[in-house]
Amino acid sequence: MAQMNMLHAINNALEIAMAEDESTLCFGEDVGHFGGVFRATSGLQEKFGKLRCFNTPLVEQGIIGFANGLAAQGSRPIAEIQFADYIFPAFDQIVNEAAKFRYRSGNEFDVGKLTIRSPYGGGIAGGLYHSQSPEAYFAHTPGLKVVIPRNPYQAKGLLLASIRDDNPVIFFEPKRLYRASIGEVPTEDYQLPIGKAEVVQTGSDITLLAWGAQMELLQKAADLAANDGISCEVIDLRSILPWDIETIANSVMKTGRLLVSQEAPLTAGFASEIAATIQQECFLHLESPVERVCGLDTPYPLALEKEYVADHLKIYEAIKRSIKF
Amino acid sequence: MSSELYDDGPVVHKPTFIDGTSVEIPELKILKQDGSTYEGAELPDMDESLALKVYKTLAFHRVLDERMVASQRQGRLSFYMAALGEEAASVGGAAGLKSQDMIMSQYREQGALMFRGFSLENFMNQMFSNEKDLGKGRQMPIHYGSSELNYMTISSPLGTQIPQATGYAYGQKLQGLDEVTLCYFGEGAASEGDFHAGLNMAAVQKAPVIFFCRNNGYAISTPSDEQFRGNGIASRGVGYGIKTLRIDGNDILAVIKATQTARSYALKENAPVLIEAMSYRLGAHSTSDDPSGYRTREEEEKWQANDPILRMKNWMLAQKWWDEAQEKSLFEKLREEVLAAVKVSEKIGKPHIDTLITDVYDVPSIQLEAQLEQVKAHVNKYPEAYPFTAGKF
Repeated sequence: MAQMNMLHAINNALEIAMAEDESTLCFGEDVGHFGGVFRATSGLQEKFGKLRCFNTPLVEQGIIGFANGLAAQGSRPIAEIQFADYIFPAFDQIVNEAAKFRYRSGNEFDVGKLTIRSPYGGGIAGGLYHSQSPEAYFAHTPGLKVVIPRNPYQAKGLLLASIRDDNPVIFFEPKRLYRASIGEVPTEDYQLPIGKAEVVQTGSDITLLAWGAQMELLQKAADLAANDGISCEVIDLRSILPWDIETIANSVMKTGRLLVSQEAPLTAGFASEIAATIQQECFLHLESPVERVCGLDTPYPLALEKEYVADHLKIYEAIKRSIKF
Repeated sequence: MSSELYDDGPVVHKPTFIDGTSVEIPELKILKQDGSTYEGAELPDMDESLALKVYKTLAFHRVLDERMVASQRQGRLSFYMAALGEEAASVGGAAGLKSQDMIMSQYREQGALMFRGFSLENFMNQMFSNEKDLGKGRQMPIHYGSSELNYMTISSPLGTQIPQATGYAYGQKLQGLDEVTLCYFGEGAASEGDFHAGLNMAAVQKAPVIFFCRNNGYAISTPSDEQFRGNGIASRGVGYGIKTLRIDGNDILAVIKATQTARSYALKENAPVLIEAMSYRLGAHSTSDDPSGYRTREEEEKWQANDPILRMKNWMLAQKWWDEAQEKSLFEKLREEVLAAVKVSEKIGKPHIDTLITDVYDVPSIQLEAQLEQVKAHVNKYPEAYPFTAGKF
């Protein structure tokens, strides 16, 4: 075990993956000698050479197109998109190519070895183009897996699982926590399961569900609610696609209430998908409507970020609303 | 940093425009329409047996296209795309490669797959999307693919294969293989962002990929002068710092020679090559359009006189590697075979209902399994509405 922040944990996972398999490559804008704008790939070019860790030109559709070709060829590409806000030029290569590669060829070809890493989310005074949470766009695309860690331990284990998974995985990293989240991380190799949610606190009155950086706020709200005598079950979804319906439904059947919180705007966010599924699975167990505590249906603001975000106080209020319904 | 990337041009002291005419692009021509070769022309490395294989593939291509367009007109097939008049680009490209090289096509390059030995049955089963289709009946006709033959499955979105080819070739280089990737696309698709992305990255990342542009004059109805300005697609290769060849795309010897040369260069230098093959799409874009609405009969006739298959036949006759009796019997045999294959494939059943959810992931998720069970229960309830699968699971 060692104390690591999330960047160290990610860097450590990448190093393990590159050391175990010569066909593993890391590339993207400024990823080479510079080690990425957040330093997630720091030292990898020195260790594994310029052929396996390198800068690409500034062209996101090219980065993912190139990665798709590498994966189809049998290499194991780990492509970085510098900010999730800039993933959209690559949308076609992700949703029309990577996601459908195996299906459309009848399994003659696949890009299962592809992993896309990208920092997402707000809280860094990044305004509308350095703060977005685009997971719902990709959750609407069969063929992809979408994974989001909440802390350094989760980041390392889930990233290693994503790299080794035989399907294209988008790994969104909560950049607000890159240096802010510090914890004990095993120095050795380990994996955490994709597609499994984790119950991080058991409770009996209401289920609180989120993923990524939002987990920290969820926990804060749960602590506030505890002072009021409300017992919250707190769950980290971890995988957006595929998602763990069973764990969430079992929890809601026990507590009778569900609150889902996401950074992204409310309308057609992944919280909406969860709400629809849970009302179907748990209809007769629900004591109150499923609460969604999300960003506003606006671009991500700058000066008024505090007002916009689904912070712990908004979550706390929603918990009380649900309990009193 | 690297100022050595730039040529030392002359220094001027007043604004001096440069334009595309500053770069003169030669066009490689080896074979004349009458079957003779240009004086001093360097011929490709091709013996009689390879020449026969190339010619028979061209003949097969033409017959298959004729028969499948007719089948579509008869309502037996939903859709087809012929390559009439530009078959030399795909067949010649494959003939200039080694069998281990990957070919990533746009969609009108079935000739390359024919050259690699994809069987008539495989073509038919794909077009009729039946249960024997390698692609499991999931894509519209002509979206072929074969891992065994190193021919990447076709994807409808245009140009997406271009940066993928760069990545594929980079992987081949990294593993030290005696392999390159050849990537076909049309002059219209070269307007897509993926074209820029793929060529620029290939130059920068030094990938052994051959970009093969079939400039056939039209993107569906849009002529190339409404698609781009400048000196064709070749001039762009120069701009990206890529070794570039422009060739007569209806000249099978030029196509093979250019591809062989590009292959050796790409492999030796670990660097990309761009080939622009000048040709003309004599047929419609697909069975869904009629070119008389956007071009003249005179223009078509001019290009009909440049038929690449007739040109190769004339050369084969001159070499005494072919004669008219062989010609007649080959085309008769091919027409019969294709017709017979249509009759077999159109009767083969549709893929099993389970293929609805396979290959979305390596293993279907619990959710997908549940959705499939719901569909099956529904099909069982209303079997007459779902004749392809009812009673078959």
